[in-house]
Amino acid sequence: MSNTERPPVVDWATDFDHTHPDYGQNAPEIWDELRATCPVAHTERFGGTWLPVTHEAVSAIAHDTENYTSMGVVVSENKPEIPAPMGFAPPITSDPPFHAIARRLLLEPFAPKPVKALEQYTRDCCNGLIDDILASGSDLTDAATEYAQHIPVRIIAKMLGVPETDGDKFRRFIHQIIETPGADTVDEDGGGSFDEYLDAAIAEHRANPKPPGEGDLIDHLTQADIEGTPLLDEHVRGTIALLLIAGIDTTWSSIGAALWHLASHPEDRARYTNEPEIRLFAIEEFLRFYAPVTMARIAVTDHELGGCPVKAGDWLLLPFPAANRDPEAFDDADKFIIDRQQNRHGAFGLGIHRCLGSNLARMELAVAIDTWTERIPDFELSDPDAVRWSVGQIRGPRELPVRINLDTVNR
Amino acid sequence: MKITYNREACQGHNRCYMLAPELFDVDDEGYAILRIDGEIPAELEEKAQLAADNCPEYAIELVTE
Repeated sequence: MSNTERPPVVDWATDFDHTHPDYGQNAPEIWDELRATCPVAHTERFGGTWLPVTHEAVSAIAHDTENYTSMGVVVSENKPEIPAPMGFAPPITSDPPFHAIARRLLLEPFAPKPVKALEQYTRDCCNGLIDDILASGSDLTDAATEYAQHIPVRIIAKMLGVPETDGDKFRRFIHQIIETPGADTVDEDGGGSFDEYLDAAIAEHRANPKPPGEGDLIDHLTQADIEGTPLLDEHVRGTIALLLIAGIDTTWSSIGAALWHLASHPEDRARYTNEPEIRLFAIEEFLRFYAPVTMARIAVTDHELGGCPVKAGDWLLLPFPAANRDPEAFDDADKFIIDRQQNRHGAFGLGIHRCLGSNLARMELAVAIDTWTERIPDFELSDPDAVRWSVGQIRGPRELPVRINLDTVNR
Repeated sequence: MKITYNREACQGHNRCYMLAPELFDVDDEGYAILRIDGEIPAELEEKAQLAADNCPEYAIELVTE
């Protein structure tokens, strides 16, 4: 269903719709109002869904694997058919105890030190994109579609070992997945579906294993085992799909949101550029204030949540961005404080499903913003009304037209 | 002032490692490792406070005896 077909929302407390365009444009105001009036909102849509907006409730659900399953993490009209423990895309859709096994397979490549090794590659990518923007000669560009969007795709392609010659094909698949999630992907050049592409890559990696420590992420998975048994192909494919779906849209959104903020807040823009010592804090404040990801769970028991009767089978949204703006959990929660010193934000989730790629995403965000502000220190929104925020569970600017002050750029 | 770290609560957010690498390292899976035992050196007390104040899982506490 496209967004324009969504029935109008009568009342956000009893009939909310997080896929409605009004939610995309006004989510923070909606969370504030609900927090004051009805902190656990409900809708009959999607077969019955709850939306808690306090940090306390969101954190409690994220830490509770008894009453909730991760079998479904994206609210839709239909519940997923592949049951836990593995789910469609392990480990995000997995529950304990399988979750820990599937997650452990992936922790090492995404730990801080291996991610640090990708920093220079990321910086080169960002500089290349800015070279292209400046080479056009125009002072107008779209920071979402010409910059932010490309960074996570290139990094994950590098990690997966996608051949340079497949780069365009890979990017077309990614755009299809992101634009129409759940739909079958078809390569425009007649090369088959993305699943077929991945199956061929998995078979190729299994046939030609690289020595330990020299392989890419697909080698890492095809050479991994669970108690001596190699991973099933569908496990490898599901995990790669997860890395793509979970890693690209989200990081793109946070880079775009940070650039939106800097474009529209000249004082913060100047501080970020001129005071490198605050950047460590600024990145976390971008993550808190513009957290892109709302997760979901499915209730497995009948129970009460904030006095509301949750039934087994109900969806629950976990709006981490709403939790991050709860005044009970943060001082001046509604203010963006670029050097905030106390910031226990949950942008990457809380509990056992903490975003596996958080170190990578944080590095990409920091390098992307550092590189942009070093090369393009002065820029502003060229048409604020043309900024379009995405709807659904990943929130970020999809169109972000900016005007660059060409007199100040570092070519 | 002493610092305590709860490995059971830690989910590998790595905020402590970023803010106070003098006090925290990370293992191969990205979980924190407390590098000091006993009193926090005076010059690192501010960083210890930052590590505690920014842990999303409340896994780090400062204890004054």
